[in-house]
Parts: sequence; structure tokens; C-alpha cells
Amino acid sequence: MVFKPREDISIVFSGQAGQGLQTLEALLTRMLKRSGYNVFSYSEYMSRIRGGNNSTQVRVSSRRVTAYTRRIDLFVPLHENAMERFHDRITQETVILGDRDFIEERYLDGHHPVLEVPINEIAREKGGAVYANTVLLGILAGLFYVDSDLMHNEIRMILSGLGEDRLRKNLDASDEGYERSKKLLKPGQAAVSIERTAEVRDEILTDGINAVGLGGLAGGCTFVSSYPMSPSTGVLVFFTKKAESSGVVVEQTEDEISAVNMAIGSWYAGGRALVTTSGGGYALMVEGLSLAGCIESPLVIHLGQRPGPATGLPTRTEQADLQFALYSGHGEFSRAILAPGTHEQGFSHTRHAFYLADKYQVPVFILTDQFFLERRYNLPDLDMSKMYDQRFIVQTRADYRRYALTESGISPRGIPGFGEGRVRVDSDEHDEDGFITEDFSTRTAMVNKRLKKLSGLQKEVLAPQLFGPDDYRNLVVCWGSSLHAVQEGLDMLGRDDTAILHYSQVYPLAEVTADYLERAHRKIVVESNATAQFARLIRSETGIGFDGAILKYSGLPLMPEDVCEGLNEKLGKKESTHGRV
Amino acid sequence: MGAYDFDHAIDIAWCPGCGDFRILTSVKDALDELELDPRTVVFVSGIGQAAKTPQYLNAHYFNGLHGRTLPPATAIKASNPGLVVIAQSGDGDTYGEGGNHFMHAIRRNPDITNIVHNNMVYALTKGQASPTTRQGFVTPVQVHGVTQEPFNPVAVAIALDASFVARAFAGDTRQTTDIIKKAITHKGYALVDIFQPCVTYNKVNTYGWFKQNTYTLDDSYDPTDREAAFRKATEPGKFPLGVIYIKTGKPTFEDGLSLYRQDARPLYQRTVDMETLRGLVDSLRT
Repeated sequence: MVFKPREDISIVFSGQAGQGLQTLEALLTRMLKRSGYNVFSYSEYMSRIRGGNNSTQVRVSSRRVTAYTRRIDLFVPLHENAMERFHDRITQETVILGDRDFIEERYLDGHHPVLEVPINEIAREKGGAVYANTVLLGILAGLFYVDSDLMHNEIRMILSGLGEDRLRKNLDASDEGYERSKKLLKPGQAAVSIERTAEVRDEILTDGINAVGLGGLAGGCTFVSSYPMSPSTGVLVFFTKKAESSGVVVEQTEDEISAVNMAIGSWYAGGRALVTTSGGGYALMVEGLSLAGCIESPLVIHLGQRPGPATGLPTRTEQADLQFALYSGHGEFSRAILAPGTHEQGFSHTRHAFYLADKYQVPVFILTDQFFLERRYNLPDLDMSKMYDQRFIVQTRADYRRYALTESGISPRGIPGFGEGRVRVDSDEHDEDGFITEDFSTRTAMVNKRLKKLSGLQKEVLAPQLFGPDDYRNLVVCWGSSLHAVQEGLDMLGRDDTAILHYSQVYPLAEVTADYLERAHRKIVVESNATAQFARLIRSETGIGFDGAILKYSGLPLMPEDVCEGLNEKLGKKESTHGRV
Repeated sequence: MGAYDFDHAIDIAWCPGCGDFRILTSVKDALDELELDPRTVVFVSGIGQAAKTPQYLNAHYFNGLHGRTLPPATAIKASNPGLVVIAQSGDGDTYGEGGNHFMHAIRRNPDITNIVHNNMVYALTKGQASPTTRQGFVTPVQVHGVTQEPFNPVAVAIALDASFVARAFAGDTRQTTDIIKKAITHKGYALVDIFQPCVTYNKVNTYGWFKQNTYTLDDSYDPTDREAAFRKATEPGKFPLGVIYIKTGKPTFEDGLSLYRQDARPLYQRTVDMETLRGLVDSLRT
């Protein structure tokens, strides 16, 4: 066996911006999934268009894999110095594959397994250096026993725009790579021992961008106004592609201020609008958030987090805008914050955000991050059974009052052009008709009305999910995109006295939170930020603190190894008094 | 009583003699004379005394944030192209806080009317300079007089090739009404900058001053000549009143929205197309 027998292999390609890593990632993950492997991929890259050093991790596995791992089983350097940033992750078990020129001397000491293939020379023979990635694809297809017809099909699908000549050359290059892979093995030697599953072939392979975008369409989104900002731009591009077929107005605005005010304007006129942005862009939207709060406009905000402050690390990941989303906006009003952990939730929660926003006439956040949006993996299906089909818009009568006081705080929402009434909304304090008022008792009633909606939102909170034993001794709390690293990290640790509580809605906080926490002997929070923001939210809502926190804020995603090591240190030895055997 | 009058008395927050009263009359007259159904007319305003105008006529309104009049107005029209959308605010709101939106709304060219009350001063905040305040004007903040060049909205709009640019004087209600009517019926973004005397905080640019410093363009003037329009917009001396520039045949923002090509229904009448959605989800399987 070339690799240690493992259920999953982590491949890392290390290249420069502009070398076509994204295409390679798309081709390889599709091809491997179509041949029955579970796949995962994630790219970490610098904020530049050419050069630097970027890497893509592709995990190929017998079981579902959804986390970014520190472990590298196969490392492929694609340029000089491509190994420099990975010295601490390349071990004597890491197989190094590629051009002799790109492998550092230190790894040619006989202690590291090396598979030398003159990828660039082969590419040049096949027509040019641009074919290096398809040579590599062919080598990997061979090592992973991918049917060569399937490989050809995928190349045709992804590279169809290249024209017949270049497509032909790509196919030839992949064939040559495929042949070469055979020579890398000794007679009778197998490369990998990963099982394939027939069902996986027809599963969905998606990143978080598509999950959020499709969830938006399922939620009835008809209007998107945004300003490009990594990592949220993908969602804007998604809707642009679907604008005509799915009936969505999509506009790239002059700034985020315009974006949020347009979105609110669209809701007023009967659209269902979403803005997609990141921290700095959202900062510009904050006055608009307060406007939505005051005029009781629905609003869906996709906030794809990246490390700040200010411009921070534009292409990296973090979960540090939770408190910002929670407390932003002057004045007091209700809101909800959803934080999907899986791509299934990326879909269902974005749809749910439209439902909540429309029903309660409040801003609703979908809080994701760069890792969530750009990681890709296969999953069986997206749940389309709970579709958003409720209409909360009413046809107005002549005596319509936009802010009629009700028990729930929700006034029937009319729109201009549908009915006899006048629809007046005002960012000044207003009376039930929407006219400006400075009447103190009306003011008090309106504040109460806007805050009362929180109790309705509280009743519909998406409950946190418990993974592991009900009679846990230790409880690990996480939210949003951290779920998979925590799950895999705990698996690595192998403790059966510890459970995970994952929140995909962080505000309002589920009322069961205190019950869960009080049952735990030790409580650990895991977050991708420096100040344990969710732990602070939980403490402020329940008065319960945590015994420890595993925090990551380097810009790289949380890894299972971070969690495993952190828990090992914080939980100490397993108590023998625990009831389980 | 017109279609936009209330059947009861209303409390108006403006100073007696304010030019805003004249503009309110002109707007209501224009809507009545055009026989526009109040159920389909939406006003969008920001913050300031001018931005209160929609409170005082019986129509739909979206009274949003300071400076943010044009983005919601654009979105309302795009979400339901059957509505008549009028964005109405002051010079500070439109040209100061909202300057970026002003430029980009002109570029986008939504089929909306943008009425700007230009009184050359910030009134609601008690008399500071606005972007259009004349040089030398002394205020509680600009204590030695304004030194900056006043913003010229008409010239900027023509430079951006706006589809309709007009200037009116609130003191001439009839002319203002006619210009507003032309702006509303014009297809595309239409700017109507209205000189509006502020009787409390601007003792320089009074009714008399505006009368002396303006003149009306006569019938020989061709508003489709962009160079001539630019000369009119920038000439020293008296300000021309009337329709200064028209760019015909410019596609509107709504014209460019692909979703209306096959299906003219406004957004509120649409539902999720399950078949298309299922197809999109399944396309991720191959």
C-alpha cells in the first residue's frame, strides 16, 4: 500500500494563485464522488490574484468527511517553495508526489515516501504547461481506481468551453497521467483501501454558497442587492446566475448602504429581499438594520464572516461577528440570528430566515463564514418538504393601519398597490397609521410592540442539537460552522462521557440551554474567535459560565486536531465513576 | 378637495411662509391634474423638513433614513413597476448625505421622479450650511462664511447624462406644477430641483432674491442639446428655470431587469417555482 491503510486520505495541493487550483478542485471532487467516494474540499488562499501560495485540501473517504484536517496523507507541491508553509504538517507518513524540482531537499532523505513524477515535462509533451493539472488529475484517477471513461466525462463537462483542440489535449494529458500512476506502484501493490458506496455517486456535491443561495430561492427570495465583499460575494453571483430563470431582481449597488436600503424598499413594495455581505460591509448597513427595526420591515441578511478588525484577513475565516450582529443597530428592537452548521442547514435555515423575517417583520441574520461558504462535500439531499408558502402580506382595506397594535406585536403587513388602504412607514417614531408622532404613550406602546415580537421568535427557536450520550459528564458547546471539527475532534479523542451541543440558531437563545448546561459536570465552549462570544451570550442570558474555551482565530478553520488536543487538556482523565462501560 | 387631500385637518410642522407649502400644493396639483390613482403613488423621503412632505398628502409613503431616499425608491419601482414612485427630500439629504446615491441613481435610471427642495441651508438642524449654500453665507458652524464651491446638481446630473433635469422655483406654483407633471410622465429618472425659500434660517436667498436671480427658459430653448444644457447649468448670473435637459430613449433600470422580460408580474404576485428549484438542486448531483 502506498498510503497507510486509512478510511480517508487527505490530499493537499500547494500552488500559486492563477495556477488553476479551483478547476482542479472542482474536477477532482466531482470525479471522485461520481466514482463512489465521499469527498470534502476546502481551499485556503491569499488575498491576491497571482502568485503567493495557496493550498487546497481534498479528503477522500469511506465515510462522510466534513472538516478541514491538519493531517496530510498526500502532498502535491506545484511550484518552488510550495512546501515552505507546510513543514509543520508534513510528517514521515506524508506521501509527497510531484516534480523533483518542487520537492525540498530535506524531504529526499529517505525517511519520507516520495513519488516523483515529471508532471510538467509530461504536460509540455502534451502541448504545454497548462496541462499539468490534467496530468495530475489522471495520476490521482489512477491511484484511486477511477474509471477512465468517467474521468473523461468529467473533463468534458468542466472544460467544455475550451474548444475541441484544447479539450483533446487535456484528455490526452489525463490519459498519460493515468498510465503513469500504474508505474508508481510495485506489482500487486494497492494504492488506497477506501471503500466506495454506490449511493454516493448520485448525491449532491455542494459548497455553502449554493446551499445558502438555494435556501434563499426556497424561501421565496425575489430581490438581492449587495456590494461585493469576500467571502459573501459568491451568494450574489449565485443569484445573478438564477435571476432570469427564478425571477429575482439582482443589483450590485454603489455601496452597502444602498444595498440594505434597497432591500428594505423592496420588502415594502412586496419583494422578499436579501443582502449578502461581510463584517466591514455589514458595518455600513447598520443604520439600515435599525431602520428595518423601526419600520418593522422584514430583512434577511447573509453575513459571511471573515477575520477583522477592519479589512483583516479578507480571504480567511472566523466566527467573530456574533456579538456585532447581535448588538448592532441603535435603539431597541427584535431580531433573530441563525448560524447553519451543515450545508443542509445552510439551505433550510436560509429558507427559514425568510419565513421568520416575513412573519415577524424583523431583520433575520444568516451568520456563516468563509470556511462554511467555500468548503464542499457530498450529502444525500436538501430537505424540500417544509417549503415556504405562507403569505404574510394582506390586501389592505380603506381603513388600513400599518402599525395597528395587536397582542403579538405583529400588525398585518400591507403593501402599496394591493388594496384600498395607504401604507405609511416611517423611521421617525410613528402612530398606528404610520404618521410621525411625539406622543409619549404612543412611543411607549410602539417600543413594547417592537420588542414583544421577540417572545414569538422565542417560541419558534430552532433547538440546539445534542450529539453523543444523553447522560454526558462533559458538554462541548459550539455553533455554526464549528460543528464538524468538534465532532471529528471528539471522535479522535474517543471519549464516551462527552456530548456535543450544537446551536444553529444563536439568538434568541433556546430556553433549554440552561437545562443542558446544568446537567454537565464540565462545560467547554469551542469557537473560532478570541473572546468566546457565544459563551458570553449564554452567560448573559442564563447566568451560566463555562469551565474552559477552545478558541481559534488564526484565520485558518478550526480543525479536529485543535479540538482533540484542547479537550484532552481541558477534560483531563476520564472519570471511572461514569456509568457507561 | 383633491384626491390627495385629507378629509380632516392636519398639523403641519413647517414655519408659516415656508416654501415647502408651495411645493406641497404643486405636487398635489400635479398628481390631481395627471389623475393619478392614489393607490398607485408612492412617496419616498429621507429626513429633514422637505422629507416631511409625504406626511401631508394622502398617499403611500416610505419615510426612511437621512440621505437614503433614492435606494428604496429605486427598489420599490423595481419590485413593482406598476407603481408611480416619487422620491422627495431636501438638498442636504439628496446632495450631501445621499450624494453617492444621487450619482448612481442617475446612472441606473429608474423610472422615478426625484423632487429636491433646495433651500441652500440646513433648516431642521438650525441653520448650518448645505451642499448648495452660496459662498460667504454665515452660519453657526461656518462662522466666517462658507468657503466651498456650492454643489451644482443640475450640472452634475447633465454631466452624468441624466434622462430628465429640471429646475423650478417654489414661488411660481403654476410653473412648478407643470414641471413636476412633465417629470412624472417622463420615462426614466427625472430630477426636479426646486428653489425653496427658507424663511427662518436663510435670510439671504429669499422669495425676492430667487425672483431676481432666476429667469424662465423660453420655447426656443432645446432641452435635448446636451452641450447647450451644460452651458445653461453652469452660466454665471441668473439661474434658468424649466426643463433644462432631456435624454430620450434611455433604457430604464426596470427595462434591464431580465425577470420581467417573460413575466410582467410584480414581485409580490410571484411564488416559489418548485420545478425550477428541484432542477437546480438535482443539477448538483451530476
